[in-house]
Amino acid sequence: MDSAGEVVNDGKITLEGFTVAARAFADKWKRHNLSFPPWSWIPLINRTMLKKEEGYLSLEKIIILSSLEESAEEESLDVTADWSEKEESVDLTVLVQNVEDEAHYYDYHIVYSASYMVPMLYFRGYSSDGKPLSLDVIKRDLPSSSVSLLLESKWTFITQEEHPYLNRPWFKLHPCGTEEWIKLLSESSSSDGCQIPVELYLVSWFSVVGQVVGLKIPREMLI
Amino acid sequence: MAANEEAMKYVWEGAIPLQIHLHKSEVASHPAPPPALVLAPRIGYLPLLVPLIKPYFKDSLPPGEDSIWFDYKGVPLKWYIPTGVLFDLLCAESERPWNLTIHFRGYPSNVLIPCEGEDSAKWNFVNSLKEAAYIINGNCKNVMNMSQSDQEDLWTSVMNGDLDAYTRLLPKLKMGNIEDEFSRKESLSSPVSRQGGGTEIDVAGQVKTARIPVRLYVRSVSQNFENLEDVPEIDTWDEISYMNRPVEFLKEKGKCFTLRDAMESLLPEYSGDRAQTSGEEEADGSQETRGEIKLVRIQGIELKLEIPFSWVVNNLMNPEFYLHISVLVIGPQR
Repeated sequence: MDSAGEVVNDGKITLEGFTVAARAFADKWKRHNLSFPPWSWIPLINRTMLKKEEGYLSLEKIIILSSLEESAEEESLDVTADWSEKEESVDLTVLVQNVEDEAHYYDYHIVYSASYMVPMLYFRGYSSDGKPLSLDVIKRDLPSSSVSLLLESKWTFITQEEHPYLNRPWFKLHPCGTEEWIKLLSESSSSDGCQIPVELYLVSWFSVVGQVVGLKIPREMLI
Repeated sequence: MAANEEAMKYVWEGAIPLQIHLHKSEVASHPAPPPALVLAPRIGYLPLLVPLIKPYFKDSLPPGEDSIWFDYKGVPLKWYIPTGVLFDLLCAESERPWNLTIHFRGYPSNVLIPCEGEDSAKWNFVNSLKEAAYIINGNCKNVMNMSQSDQEDLWTSVMNGDLDAYTRLLPKLKMGNIEDEFSRKESLSSPVSRQGGGTEIDVAGQVKTARIPVRLYVRSVSQNFENLEDVPEIDTWDEISYMNRPVEFLKEKGKCFTLRDAMESLLPEYSGDRAQTSGEEEADGSQETRGEIKLVRIQGIELKLEIPFSWVVNNLMNPEFYLHISVLVIGPQR
């Protein structure tokens, strides 16, 4: 079924809608986020239990350098969603092209949850020798707001769980409240009630979720 | 309800006798300690057995810090899968006692999620319960609104296998009911409006689509077999696919949604000789032969596929409201 042109108005999205939204998101990202590598769509073909349109978005080998220096924020990496008015006092994440000793690599996957009917963010970190990073190390790369939330809710915010397709331990952002704030977000950003065009669903979603792991999206992507 | 309670009692009392050996690389005493014998509840989790098992081995261990895990024939056991499901899945032919190996060192963190003992098991349970609530109720407010102490008591009842305490706490959980096919006769007379194949809504405004939390585990073997003892031993988790998959079905008048219907919706590529519904799939001209479902096991029982699915769910689900289905299939030849 073709879901293009549809709208999402209850915060939830179908699998078909997700695949449409994923491609639209990846296209926009490529056009507006030139400093980052593109997201790629990983189809899951010939796998038991899976519908043929199933797959996930993947952004891999993103290098993050731990740095305590204040970095000049580029205009294009501005905070866009209205959820965070205040500036991060310390921006811990700097994207660099060169590999250095202390570089941490991150892989991000956006996976559809059939249970919650929303996207979920999975990620993992590893050092240049391929060794996985523990949550304690990853914390140093996360924005301070996420770190304090982690302290408050150790078991319900970011936990290590199995990647639903790879069946290996990855970190997962809990999706329980997603539907709620997507609804709020769409109410505040659109004039005609709480509707989001399917093509913008993942952009809106990522404008919030990305910030949790320190990935921001340019304002132009939301238009 | 009485029949339901009886089945639940069997599920809660179900246990697997374990014979647990200390891995030989970790034996620092002479002679080596004898294996420990433990009865493991089916609905329980392996980390909950550690306080029982550890005293047997603590004097035999080399110095160092503990990070406990289990394996069966070299395959690390995922502690977040209920013990009964692990047994159903990994032992095609039941082995009693079930011989497992315990390790106190060298946690395989590339395949297993780290475990902090009971706390990890508890939150694994609560998070699964939330997900199940989301599938059944459409949100997880009922779990979030449960007081911390009630949540704690619910978990304790599961940990202790205390069905009475669990049943007492259930009304506080406010989980939506999955109607039995048998118990909804009186509601059959109510008219149902149908909107072009979409979701059905009855006069009272209730959505008549049932969403059931299912965790499906599929082990695929390439060779057909006559007896379960001929099923090859499992080597790695890569031979098993598993996933949370809500099963959706419409309650249709005079029609019974069976376990077979559920399996067909979960595993369409194994759905027997039924005609393909989509012309598109026929057109892609694939030459593959269909796979075959050889065994469907829930709570250690090999079930007939004609059983109404709602009965299976209401009687055989685990306490976190998930129905865990272990399936053995002969893979399609591609």
